[in-house]
Amino acid sequence: MKVQYNILIVDDEKIVRESLQHWFEEEGYNVDIAEDGESALKKYGKGKYDLLLVDMKMPGMSGLDLLTSIKAIDKDALLILITAFASVPTAIAALKQGAYDYVTKPVDPDELTHLVKKALEQKHLKHENEILKENIKEIIKPDNLIGESFQMKKLYDLINTVALADTTVMIRGESGTGKELVAKAIHINSKRKYFPIIPVNCGALAESILESELFGHEKGAFTGAQFKRKGKFEMADGGTLFLDEIATLSTKMQIELLRVIETRQFSRVGGNQLIKSDFRLITASNQSLEDLVKEGKFREDLYYRLNVFTIHIPPLRERKDDIPILAHFFLNKFAMAMNKPIKDISTEAMDFIVNYEWPGNVRELENAIERAVVIGKCDKITVENLPFHVSSNQINSDSDDKSLAAVEKKYILQILNENNWNISRSAVQLHIDRVTLYNKINKYGLRTAVEA
Amino acid sequence: MKIYVVPLELKNKSLLEHVVNELSLKFSGKILVDNTQILIDNAHSTGRLQYYSTQIIANAAEKTSYLDGKVLILTSLDLYVPALTYIFGEAQLGGKHSIISACRLHEEFYSGLSNEPLLVERTIKEALHELGHNYGLKHCSDWDCVMHSSPGIEEVDIKGKFYCRECSKTIPLKIS
Repeated sequence: MKVQYNILIVDDEKIVRESLQHWFEEEGYNVDIAEDGESALKKYGKGKYDLLLVDMKMPGMSGLDLLTSIKAIDKDALLILITAFASVPTAIAALKQGAYDYVTKPVDPDELTHLVKKALEQKHLKHENEILKENIKEIIKPDNLIGESFQMKKLYDLINTVALADTTVMIRGESGTGKELVAKAIHINSKRKYFPIIPVNCGALAESILESELFGHEKGAFTGAQFKRKGKFEMADGGTLFLDEIATLSTKMQIELLRVIETRQFSRVGGNQLIKSDFRLITASNQSLEDLVKEGKFREDLYYRLNVFTIHIPPLRERKDDIPILAHFFLNKFAMAMNKPIKDISTEAMDFIVNYEWPGNVRELENAIERAVVIGKCDKITVENLPFHVSSNQINSDSDDKSLAAVEKKYILQILNENNWNISRSAVQLHIDRVTLYNKINKYGLRTAVEA
Repeated sequence: MKIYVVPLELKNKSLLEHVVNELSLKFSGKILVDNTQILIDNAHSTGRLQYYSTQIIANAAEKTSYLDGKVLILTSLDLYVPALTYIFGEAQLGGKHSIISACRLHEEFYSGLSNEPLLVERTIKEALHELGHNYGLKHCSDWDCVMHSSPGIEEVDIKGKFYCRECSKTIPLKIS
């Protein structure tokens, strides 16, 4: 259940009070306001507010005076001071007197939101983690993590074991087995669940881009960088960083990553300020890191840092019992999304699906079902709708592009031509509405033979 | 319920079309473009070279009181509220008016590289987000939900572009 936090905003400027009140109400907090220190003190009672945002300079009682009075009532009170002019002595005085932090007005919305959220969640999580440790019986699974086979039950047990341990995890498995889903399952069952899980596919990015993606950059770090940008390390603060295809990291990036893992500190590109980030690291690979270490392509020290707790995801061919459940799940998903009345898979088609080797694992199965739903015309998926048969079909025979998009484009064009570009009739035949058909025509840039 | 999209000092006209199309696909009510002129002079801060969004919403509320539905203002102006350095948008919680700015949604401000599809996606997310506030939704804790808080551009990109199951219950969508 989501916790409802109470915040008190103390500022003598009505316009500032109101804008902050509005901002935090949208965040879902209960917000109370006070126009000066005296009225804030009158409103205050131990345990009444989870956090106070206090303007430093107010007529009468100053922010620092209010901080002292509040701390005398409740030494655990969380208070953030807001100042128009930041100065080192004031900041030191505020922190010495027990302020959680202080910010300069106008505040970066991102900074303020994270500061408040982190302060409140840290306070709450200390308590919640203890309760979770006692209560967790069954893991919460992301929608697509499906399977009731012995292998999958073992996998769920491992996720359950490691989720609360907050340790570094390495996920191993063939391409398409669902490594990101397992990472997500670990994250949403951990104490870090209120913070984001940040996925990064290391293999998809060139080294220079990956560096900027991970570390972020300062305003003006390079031509065109008009605003600062936070990197994935920073974004994962409080949450989980998921590095997929870790084996593809260059030697330089391996060294950089090792340094960040060891210190939990880094600087943005073009900046000197050291930034701290508290994240849990989950990595994944479909290659043998042990072999890469032996070949000298992957650092041994980094390997040991990452390989603390390993989870292996079985390939789909080793858990055939799960295939029918998965196939029906994807059928329902795509039939609903495409608004098509396909409700089942024929027995013959299911035999094909179960006996196929699925080298691309769950991802390949998902794509095959999506494709079958696109081209299916009756209420059941038949063998003819499956890709291993479609490949020899007329639809795809004269094209090198075997992607789903290419097949869909070609099929839609075929139906449109058969109906002389009558949109309504084509839409009925395709079992989609006219708006969807128009969107697809635009998406694929389809034209009549005359226009083309 | 109808949703009126009001362009205001909008530089990228194709954004209007994208937003209207997307809202038309998602919401059950009619989506209409309204070209009412909204005053912005009294919302301009000469010191900050930005526009005070709450004031623009107040101006819009006066001018568009006759419109029978939600009113979403789409602008290229850089918006702020006094306590914060900038905002992507603002909405009257459970009310009629909201405003979003595409100014800081442009990728070239962050990476120097233009990315039109990303700009469209970000703008649509923010439009859905602020309209969600108009329908009474507060921020959602689900990172896959468009109602998740997004004070920085990174969060705009991370959060999903759909309402989660729980938030969908409050929004008049075509398919829940």
